[in-house]
Amino acid sequence: MPIGTTIEFSHIHKSFGATTAVNDLSFTVEPGRVTGFLGPNGAGKTTSLRMLLGLVAPTSGTATFGGIRYRDLPQPLHTVGAALEAASFHPGRSAANHLGVYTRAAGLPRTRVTAVLEQVGLGAHAEQRVGGYSLGMRQRLGLAYALLGDPGVLVLDEPINGLDPEGIKWIRGFLRAMAAEGRTVLVSSHLLSEVQQSVDDVVIIARGALVHLGPLSSLETDAAPQIVVDSPDREALGAALRQAGLTFSVGRTGLLVATPDPALVGHLAFAAGVEISSLHRQKAGLEDSFLALVGEGHTL
Amino acid sequence: MSSLLNAIGAEFAKILTTRLWWILALVLFGYIGLLAGGLAALFAGIQSGAISPDAAGTSSGGIPDFGTLPPLVYSFASSVGYVFPVLIGALATTGEFRHQTLTPTFLASPRRGQVLGAKVIALFVVGAVFGVVALAASVGIGAPVMNAFDVDPMLSDAATWWLIGRIVLAMGLWAIIGVGLGVLVPNQVASIVIVLAFTQFVEPLLRLAASFLEVTARIGNFLPGAASDALVGASVFTMASPTGGAAEALDWWQGGLVLLAYALAATVGGYAVSWKRDVT
Repeated sequence: MPIGTTIEFSHIHKSFGATTAVNDLSFTVEPGRVTGFLGPNGAGKTTSLRMLLGLVAPTSGTATFGGIRYRDLPQPLHTVGAALEAASFHPGRSAANHLGVYTRAAGLPRTRVTAVLEQVGLGAHAEQRVGGYSLGMRQRLGLAYALLGDPGVLVLDEPINGLDPEGIKWIRGFLRAMAAEGRTVLVSSHLLSEVQQSVDDVVIIARGALVHLGPLSSLETDAAPQIVVDSPDREALGAALRQAGLTFSVGRTGLLVATPDPALVGHLAFAAGVEISSLHRQKAGLEDSFLALVGEGHTL
Repeated sequence: MSSLLNAIGAEFAKILTTRLWWILALVLFGYIGLLAGGLAALFAGIQSGAISPDAAGTSSGGIPDFGTLPPLVYSFASSVGYVFPVLIGALATTGEFRHQTLTPTFLASPRRGQVLGAKVIALFVVGAVFGVVALAASVGIGAPVMNAFDVDPMLSDAATWWLIGRIVLAMGLWAIIGVGLGVLVPNQVASIVIVLAFTQFVEPLLRLAASFLEVTARIGNFLPGAASDALVGASVFTMASPTGGAAEALDWWQGGLVLLAYALAATVGGYAVSWKRDVT
């Protein structure tokens, strides 16, 4: 049974010219758990993962597997399996030959090729040229590459992108199973909803910097509940709320008021003589707290 | 050491699992076969009197000296065919950038210098195999044609077999130059345009221009194509030079070293320019 090691990002920093892609990022990923690495597109997730894997050189800081940099691992594919994007293939090569090239490079037995293709459900398409693969099949082939060395650590960049519903269900079970075997699983996504059913921990970054770290449940308590209130005359309602010193934003279903107290909002509307058409308390969902954290909350 | 051998094995697998290598080898064989067979027939025909010089349009210059016709015909393999190993070397390298296969490559073998070294070694062998294919065409077709016109194909001559060996070596070195070019210019289209423009147009013109003065001719000897011809020791280009080789050509081993220097300089330069950069 492969043993997962911890992934350690330590004060890692990357600048491309004048732009800072990743800024002083530090966190640890534990074995036996699925960790979601979340953030909007362009937040620096892929750059961070590429630094972890030695493909991009950090400007400063280190990213290691139990203290060892990727390039210093004695058997990299046996320690870490990574799937980065769905396009790293020569279109004229068959899936089996594609994997065969890298089993040879890593000194792994050729039998691993068939094994991993079966494992990801591509056994029937092993001899097909990758150029004819669908996006979902390419994702699975990328995953097959990651599994070649039966690694203790899995690093997957947006593995759910492009999968059909059946594939999504499959990969969720797959991630859970990998972690249950004691492996370290780090999986990135720009959508919390994509991974929230399978992750134990979340690491959230925005604009290259860490904004939240903790178990998935920590997202629930982070956000205060809001009141959703609507009126045929939103302007008058808004004026009344403003007068009482409440802040709010305009959402699709009404005004989202930053207060936990529905009675207060009802009273204010009544006192101002504004008719209201709905009033309820909304417990912010995980997605809302996620969006609030990465700075893409409801602003109009 | 075993990781280098693994990396070399992977580079061979990359070449052999796509169709490019045998398509190029097939075109190389056809091209060199036609050229060597056709010109062997023409020159041997003139030499043996079977074709009159008037009909061939060479009457004004009298009968040219064809004392070394077989080496000339055989050397088409490299003097004309060298563009093929350059192409496969450049395509093998630029393809890694184009198809983003550097990512799985560097994940499996994080030591990048070793990967490039493995590519150089593997492509040298592939280039040498291309040399064998080209010789199968130039000797395999040229020799029987010359024989048919009663010109001795000199196949029992040890010098001919040395020539053949040097052609194989030159073709291997040209493939490394292709690898070097590919890392210097990772854009595949740009790389191919440079290969074709340089080998088919720029260098032949430079060699011709350089050959008019003795001092420039000496410099011209160090052009890669001229160095390759010096290594091989026979070429249709040196025969066609207007001063008839007034400036002494390089020795075969000097030509070989010059060619090797080009190959290594391009590869080492390309390592710094693109290979060790961030893979994004």
